[in-house]
Amino acid sequence: MRRIPAEALRVLVPAFSFVALLAAVFWLQPRAMSYLGLNLLFNLAVPIALATIAQMLIIAINDLDLSIGTFVSFVACVTATYLHDAPLVGALILMASIGVYALVGAVIYLRDLPSIVVSLGMSFVWAGLAVLILPAPGGAAPDWVRALMTVKPPLAPMAVIASVIIAAVAHLIVMRSSFGVALRGVGGNARSMSRAGWSVLRLRAATYALAGLFGVMAGVTLVGLTTAADANIALRYTLLTIAGVILGGGEFTGGRVSAIGAVIGALTLTLAGSFLTFLRLSNDWQIGAQGAILFLVLAVRLVLNRREGAA
Amino acid sequence: MAGRPWVWSWLAAAAVFLGTTLFTGGTGAGGLGQAALTFAAFSVLVGLGQMFVITLGPGNIDLSIPATMTLAGTVSLKVMDGAAGTEVLGLVVALAVGVAVGVGNFALIKALRIPPIIATLSSSFIVQSTAIWTNRGRRIKPPESLAEFSIGMTFGVPNLALVALALTVGAWVLLERSLFGRLVSAIGQNQRAARMAGVPVDGVRLATYVLCAVLAALCGFLVACFSGGAALNMGAEYLLMSIAVVVIGGSAVAGGNSNVPGIWGASLFMFLVVSMLNTYGLGAGVRLILTGLIILTVILVASGGRRGRA
Amino acid sequence: MFHGDDAVPLIEVRGAEKSFGAVRALDGADFAIRPGECVGLVGHNGAGKSTLVSVLNGGLRADAGEVLVGGVDRREAHSVAEARGFGMRCVFQELSLCPNLTVAENVRILHGGLGGWGWRVRAARLVTAMLDAIFPGHGIDAGAGLGSLSISERQMVEIAIAFLEVDAPVRAVILDEPTSSIDASRAADLLGHIRRFVAKGGAVVFISHILSEVLSVTDRIVVMKDGRVVAERASAAFDARGLVQAMGSVAQERAAARDARAVTGPPVLERGGLRVWPGEIVGLAGLAGHGQTEMLRALYLAASSNWRQARDPMVAFVAGDRQVDGVFPLWSILWNASLSVLPDKTWWGLIDRSAEAAFGEDWRARIGIRTPDMGAPILSLSGGNQQKALFARALGGRAPVVLMDDPMRGVDIGTKQEVYGRLRAEADGGRTFLWYSTEMDEVRLCDRVYVFRDGVIVAEFASEAVTEENILAASFQGAAA
Repeated sequence: MRRIPAEALRVLVPAFSFVALLAAVFWLQPRAMSYLGLNLLFNLAVPIALATIAQMLIIAINDLDLSIGTFVSFVACVTATYLHDAPLVGALILMASIGVYALVGAVIYLRDLPSIVVSLGMSFVWAGLAVLILPAPGGAAPDWVRALMTVKPPLAPMAVIASVIIAAVAHLIVMRSSFGVALRGVGGNARSMSRAGWSVLRLRAATYALAGLFGVMAGVTLVGLTTAADANIALRYTLLTIAGVILGGGEFTGGRVSAIGAVIGALTLTLAGSFLTFLRLSNDWQIGAQGAILFLVLAVRLVLNRREGAA
Repeated sequence: MAGRPWVWSWLAAAAVFLGTTLFTGGTGAGGLGQAALTFAAFSVLVGLGQMFVITLGPGNIDLSIPATMTLAGTVSLKVMDGAAGTEVLGLVVALAVGVAVGVGNFALIKALRIPPIIATLSSSFIVQSTAIWTNRGRRIKPPESLAEFSIGMTFGVPNLALVALALTVGAWVLLERSLFGRLVSAIGQNQRAARMAGVPVDGVRLATYVLCAVLAALCGFLVACFSGGAALNMGAEYLLMSIAVVVIGGSAVAGGNSNVPGIWGASLFMFLVVSMLNTYGLGAGVRLILTGLIILTVILVASGGRRGRA
Repeated sequence: MFHGDDAVPLIEVRGAEKSFGAVRALDGADFAIRPGECVGLVGHNGAGKSTLVSVLNGGLRADAGEVLVGGVDRREAHSVAEARGFGMRCVFQELSLCPNLTVAENVRILHGGLGGWGWRVRAARLVTAMLDAIFPGHGIDAGAGLGSLSISERQMVEIAIAFLEVDAPVRAVILDEPTSSIDASRAADLLGHIRRFVAKGGAVVFISHILSEVLSVTDRIVVMKDGRVVAERASAAFDARGLVQAMGSVAQERAAARDARAVTGPPVLERGGLRVWPGEIVGLAGLAGHGQTEMLRALYLAASSNWRQARDPMVAFVAGDRQVDGVFPLWSILWNASLSVLPDKTWWGLIDRSAEAAFGEDWRARIGIRTPDMGAPILSLSGGNQQKALFARALGGRAPVVLMDDPMRGVDIGTKQEVYGRLRAEADGGRTFLWYSTEMDEVRLCDRVYVFRDGVIVAEFASEAVTEENILAASFQGAAA
């Protein structure tokens, strides 16, 4: 008998906890089981899922991005101002910011710096730029972004379909493509990678750039939902995305991540808040519940790993 | 050992102080100094705790500092309920909150075998929620005596700065002269070698996480007294600040080699930069960008030196 | 030289020399591998096998001599990339694959030419075909994560990937202990494949501690000792006994043995068949990496606490791999030496710095650490003197049992003699030593020796029976008399 492979387990545990939570929500509030209800439940999940994918990419190469929250806020500010008023300038700014991400990735590798501190420094920079661009909450979402985020596809609401697409695309890039294999290889055994002739520098820079791209998409879609931005709009994302990646079966080291798991992790954290609302528990416990779910899943995973280790 | 990495943060703080007072023609230098000492005191308290944790080596960091501050502030103010004569009780409650969070953090690291960053992150969610639940949006004032003490001065020096100074001296002794400091540094350089040299690794790490949480709790208590009540976001800015002052103060991010004076230099510097930029009429945006660039510069310069540990 | 083949060697080294500090790992070694032959490479610890392999595969550059690749001297320029491009592959004992990727994905990583649409299917097909060819009925799914495979399955995958041809032909494969974690029938599969590969004109360098395998699969055996080739003959001209004799040195006088210890009372330490009585010097021998270090670590961890520091520790540990297990690189010599004895020099949690300094001066004199200033950084010392500081850390405390993990690695001969003297004095004073050593001279200094093979104790020798031949014979499988 073959046991369930670790890779499958990695996605199964978060998927199961997500389904259990969803079932609980439906049981408490059957009306949530509708097109409108689902849209309400998962609306804000789209930008969080995108940002979680960005964080997952960084974690896949054994780094950590403490600046993703301020970066998404910065992108949101650019989207609500330049991208709305002068689309070309806005697009250029966003592309440049992706370039900065690649540069940060390269510098971290070249100088062998701790990513935590570098991204901490970058978080101040992004926050400062965001405040400069948009000193007070405001701005407006570009029409096409607004249209994209309020589209009403048949069968399932936009948020659900978008989450599935994000998970599928990220899965293709990270788990199926040659590039994805190489970037996870960097996380798993960077020495063998360079011995086999890969440029670890280029791979790391490309991974950071890709993370920047997903961060940009997170910021743009966030403005599409909120219609306006402010400099602190996504500060919570830094911690939420780390939690989401871990919840989704990712590990901090060794290039063991799951794209589908990360999206499920993000959805679970979003759902945790709604669950409490439906339980008529006070909103005070929303982040507490997120922490508790994190523990629960980590504990379950520990038990499963232990069993696997014993087998 | 070789070199005095903390000198730079002090020089930078002095330069910024001069730059500010020259601009204003010397007026308000005393007030600026007092304000700097007061606000630096808060950063120093959380910075010292974070410094001990970071000294433990790569991967060790405490992200629960803001939540601990908030919980300690709200719970202790609630217990005291503004009544006179409850000051000591409030302080004890605040410190007990710190001990509980610290023990909880390390229990999670150990029991769930997860990296400290995720353990302290998830526990911070729960601690923060507990704080929100305790507070319920009410703003309880601290006892009159504590409020007065926290904004008061002794011989022209803010009381809070004196408290922080006393604790700094204690932290210096602990780090540089005590067995505990030596063991922390050993673990930070090479945890495996430390264990094989008889260092009780788990015991030292537990004590360190508790120490950090207790300092954060004390800081939360003082901030709450100083600002006339606990606010739910009162710890928010101290998460990044606690890490920043350790890095700018010249402690090694990779662990094993920290220094206490640099925490003060960096804390003063961080506050003074803000006031200088305010004086020059520059806004929060420029201030944040400069802070970030300073951290990046420090880490780049520090890495250029001899430290090249694989 | 062996004169059985006139073909131009694929790769050849002549008079290769390589030193690491004071240690001469290669001291004028000659070695050649020709198409269509399998060469066995045997020797005891420190004979220079792995250094030679690294010179061949481009991982290390020889200090002197010639490295001929296809008949051209490339000593200065030979590199891992060049060796790979030339069609040379290596399988090492430690895993060089990515544990977080699947089997097929690892093939993709190691074979750059495997890009393009549908690579996953092609990689899976290639590696499955190769696994089928070498290990019929292996049952390994190319889509399985490497981390979910057993160690022996991983080893099989690693071997299959090495033999895989994607863009360039494979001309020579170096197998360093390829059968260490696979069972006998799988090993037989591999030996069969090696013969087929060689019959088709491939070349194989085969390193193993299982002498029967070496004797049966190779055409020619090269025996190394002290960085030189000491014997080279057709495999048919060797038998297991002859190999062991060739690896050993010619009848060396055993160093004056200590007085036999009276073994009385209960042992001070006991674990997995190993028992140690007070005042003994017990050796752990065998080939490197066969479980000796793990045994010492387990003993240490079991006898010390992770939660509170003992004032009267039961055991002390002297690291051999200084950078990993011993040295604190940011500290001075004094702090490195005093770490384990600090509880004795502490009042109310504060360190008595003068007592600590006195301890340092005392041990600087006793063990002869060559430095004018114990406050100097530890890394300013030579390896041997760093090791003395680590000895001071262990011997300076009161622990009655000292565990030593091959502590003389890379230490000069003068230092060794000084430390040997110190150890004997300590043992005569009643201290117990458990000494893992890869050097035969040191093993012979012990009262009693346990020989490890594949993680377990396979033999025990006492006093007069502690001879090089006995230990070699026990270290290599299939050579026991």
